Amino acid sequence: MNPSQASRSDGRPNPGLLGQLADFFDDRTGYRALVREALYERVPGGARWRYVWGSTLVFAFMTQVITGLVLWSSYSAGAQTAWESVYYIQHEMTGGWLVRGIHHVMAQMMVVLLALHLMQVVIDGAYRAPREVNFWLGLVLMMLVLGMALTGYLLPWDQKGYWATRVATNLAGLVPLVGPSLQQLVVGGPDYGHHTLTRFFALHAGFLPATLVLMLVVHLSLFRKHGLHAKQPIRKPDAMFWPDQVLKDAVAMLAVMAVVLGVILMPALRAMLEGRPVDPGDLGAELGAPADPSQPYAAARPEWYFLFLFQFLKVFEGWGASGEFFGAIVVPGLLMGVMFLMPIVGRWNLGHRFNVAFTTALMAGIGLLTALALNEDYCSLWIDKAALADVRDLIETTGGDEAKIATALGNDPAKIATFARRRKRWDAYRHSRDFLAAAAQARVDAERAVELAGRPERIPPAGALELVRTDPASQGPRLFAQHCASCHAHVDPADPAAAGLLAKASAANLFEFGRGSWVRGLLDPEQVAGPAYFGNTAHKDGDMVSFVTGDLTDRETWKPDDIEAVIAALSAGAGLAEAGVTAAVIEKGRGLVADGERCGGCHRFGENETALGSAPDLVGWGSREWLIGIITDPTHERFYGDSNDRMPSFGKSAEGSLPILTPQQVGMLADWLRGEWYRPAGKRH
Amino acid sequence: MAKTTSSHDPQSPPPAGRRDFLTRMLAVACGGLATMTPVLAGLWMLLDPLRRRGAAAAFLPVTDLASLPDDGLPRQFPVLADRVDAWTGFAAEPIGAVYLRRQPGSETVEALSATCPHAGCFVEIDTQEKCFRCPCHNSRFGIDGSIMPPSPSPRGMDSLECQVGKQGVAVKWQNFYTGVAGKVARP
Repeated sequence: MNPSQASRSDGRPNPGLLGQLADFFDDRTGYRALVREALYERVPGGARWRYVWGSTLVFAFMTQVITGLVLWSSYSAGAQTAWESVYYIQHEMTGGWLVRGIHHVMAQMMVVLLALHLMQVVIDGAYRAPREVNFWLGLVLMMLVLGMALTGYLLPWDQKGYWATRVATNLAGLVPLVGPSLQQLVVGGPDYGHHTLTRFFALHAGFLPATLVLMLVVHLSLFRKHGLHAKQPIRKPDAMFWPDQVLKDAVAMLAVMAVVLGVILMPALRAMLEGRPVDPGDLGAELGAPADPSQPYAAARPEWYFLFLFQFLKVFEGWGASGEFFGAIVVPGLLMGVMFLMPIVGRWNLGHRFNVAFTTALMAGIGLLTALALNEDYCSLWIDKAALADVRDLIETTGGDEAKIATALGNDPAKIATFARRRKRWDAYRHSRDFLAAAAQARVDAERAVELAGRPERIPPAGALELVRTDPASQGPRLFAQHCASCHAHVDPADPAAAGLLAKASAANLFEFGRGSWVRGLLDPEQVAGPAYFGNTAHKDGDMVSFVTGDLTDRETWKPDDIEAVIAALSAGAGLAEAGVTAAVIEKGRGLVADGERCGGCHRFGENETALGSAPDLVGWGSREWLIGIITDPTHERFYGDSNDRMPSFGKSAEGSLPILTPQQVGMLADWLRGEWYRPAGKRH
Repeated sequence: MAKTTSSHDPQSPPPAGRRDFLTRMLAVACGGLATMTPVLAGLWMLLDPLRRRGAAAAFLPVTDLASLPDDGLPRQFPVLADRVDAWTGFAAEPIGAVYLRRQPGSETVEALSATCPHAGCFVEIDTQEKCFRCPCHNSRFGIDGSIMPPSPSPRGMDSLECQVGKQGVAVKWQNFYTGVAGKVARP
C-alpha cells in the first residue's frame, strides 16, 4: 500500500510533500525522536538564567570552531609566513579583521564563561553524586580551553606571542627529570622556529579541539543522563528545555556575541565620534611586530587571564629554578588537585562549604594577583611623580648607594625608613613607566611593520622580519641610541627637553643633519660654539668656530643672502634642498663655498684644488655616501683626519676583528639621519 | 546529596501551555542571530579570493634573438616576471614557460604557451617526431601548435603575441581557460 494514499495510523491527515520527505528521513534515521530528546528535557523548577552558562560555553566553542576553520583557510604556519599570513588576514582580506577579532575576543569570553560556569556548578553543589565524573570532565575541558588559549597566542608569530611562549615553554623545562626533553618536544627542536609553529598549530587546531569535542560529547551525554541539577529551593513548576530554557540560553548567547562585537567595534565607534578615519585593520585582535629573537621586548606579558600566574611567579623570585617550578607547576597542580577532589569532599555539608569557600578564595586570589600585576604595570599613570622628585634626586646624586643615602639623611632612622618606603614607590613608578614606554614602542614597531608589509613591492620571501631589520625608520633610532647617543644628541631644538639633552651631549646635535636648518645653526655665531654644534667638542676653539664668529659676521664680505646661498648649496649637495630654493641661489652658494677666500680656503668643494686633510671634504657633504664615509672612518683625510675628536671608526675593522657596525647598519644609520625611509602615501613620519 | 531522577521523558508530549509561539520565535531569532554572526563573518572572509585579479597581460622580455636558432624548431624558454603571491612579492621569478620558433632566415618569432589547453598540464616537445605532446592525457599538437587528432584537447596550443625589438624577444604573457574550444584569456 502506498503510504501517501492511506490515512496515517495516528489519525492525523496525510502529510504534504515536505511532510512526506520528513517521514521518509524519520523512518530511516529516527531524527524526530532525537530532536524530541534534545528539546524536551524537563527542567525542574522551570527555566532559569543561572543555567545558561554551559550553553553559552558550547556556543562560544562553536564560534571558535567556525572562525578558526575560516582563519585556518588563510593561515600559514611557518617562521617566514605566520606573521605575514596573519598580517594579510588582518589588513588585506575582506572581513579578516572581523573573523580574527571574533576568534580573539571570544577566546577571552570563553575563559570568563568558564569561570562563571565553574562557580555556578560549585555553588549549586552540582558536582555531587552521581555527577562527579561530569565535574571532572568539566575540569579537563577547562584545561583544554586554557591550552588552546596558550597555543593560539603564539600563532601570529609576533613579538608578544613569541616572548610570552618562550617563557611558558621555559617553565615546562623546569619539570624534574623530563623537563628539558618535554620543552624540546613542545618547541619542536632545540630552538624556536618552523616546527614550534607547526606543532603549536597542530595542538591548537587539531589535538586539543578534537579531544575537547570528544570530552564535550561525553560531558553533554552525562549531563542529559543525570539531568539538570536544580538549584534548591524549587519555587516554580517544571518546564521543558524547549522553548523556555532555550530562549534564555539564546538571549545569553546573543548577549555574549554582542559583548564580543562591542569590544571589537568600540574603537571604531570612538574614532567616528571624534571624527577620525577608521581603518578596519586596527580593529579586533592586535598584531605586534614580527617575532625577533635579537630584539629585546620589555612589553612581554601573557594574556590577561594568565597574568595571575605571571604575578604569582614573582612571589618566588630569588628561589631560583626550584621556586619557578614550585610556583608554576607545583602550586597550580595542587590547586587543581583540590578541585578534582571537590566531589569527594562535597559529600559532607561542611565539605561543600569548604569547596565553595575554596573556589571563592581561589577566584578572589586570581582577581587580586591580576589586579596586582596590572597595578605594577600601570601605576605610573596615577603615582604623583612630582611628589617623589626628591627621592629621584637623592638616588641620582648618591648613585643609589644606601650608606651615602643614610649620610645624606643625617643617619636618622625614621627618615631612612620613610625614604626606603618612598624609594619602593619610586621604583614601582619607574618599573611601570618603563613598561608603558616599551608597550608604546611595541605599538610603534607594530604599526611600522604593517606599513612596510603594505609596500607595493610586498613582503620579500625572507619574511617581514627582513623588512623590519633593514628599515632605517625602525633600526636607525636603535643603532643611534646604542652607538651614537653616548656623545651625540638627536633632538629637535624646539623640543622643551632639548636644552637638558644638549647639555649632556659631548658632540653635535644631529637632528636634521644635512638639511638647511642644521647648516643655518652651524653658521649662526650664537650657536656654533654652543652644545648643539662644537661647544662640547675639541673643536670648540677651532678654526671653524672662529670663522663663524669672526669672518662670517663681517657684513661687508658676508651678506645675509650670501649665507643663505651657502646653506642652499650645502643642503642641495646633500640632496636635501629646502623647498622653494632656486637653482640660481644654489649656484651662487656653490661659488661661495668653493671660493678659496671663503669656505674653500680650508674645505675641498666644487672645482677648487684645496687639499684634503685641513677640514672635512664638502664634496657631497651630508649625502648618503658622505655620511657612510664619516661613520665608517672619521679619521680618513676626507673627514677629520688626525684631529678627529673621539669618534670611533664604526665601519672600519682592525686586523682580526669585525667592525662595530656592518656596512648595512652604517647605511641604515645614514638613511635615518637623512630622514630617508619608506613612507606610505598620505602619511608622514 | 542531590537526588537523581530520570528527568527527561522524550515520549511525553510537552505541556501545551509552554509552547508559546512568541517564546519559540524569539528563541529561534536570538539563537539564529548569535550563530549567524560568525557564519556570515566567515563567509565574508572566505569570499575574499573573488575580488582578487591577476596581473594585467604585459609584454615580458624572454630572450634575445641571437639565442633563438632560425631552424624552424621550437625552443622552450622560461618567462620571468615580478610576481605577487598574497603577501609575498617575488622579483623576476619564473612564472611559466613558452615555446619560441623562428623560421629560417626570418626575424619573426612565433610564441606558444607551454600550458596544455586541455587540462593545463605542461606540454613537452618531441624533437624526434617534431611535435608537441602532453604527458597527462596524450594531447598532440603539430610543431606550429595546431591540433593533431586523435587528441583530447578541444583546441590547438595557445599562441601568444610576440614582439622582436632592441630589447630582444618579448612575449605578451597570458593564461587562458582550459578545456573549452574558444581561446579566452583569464582575468
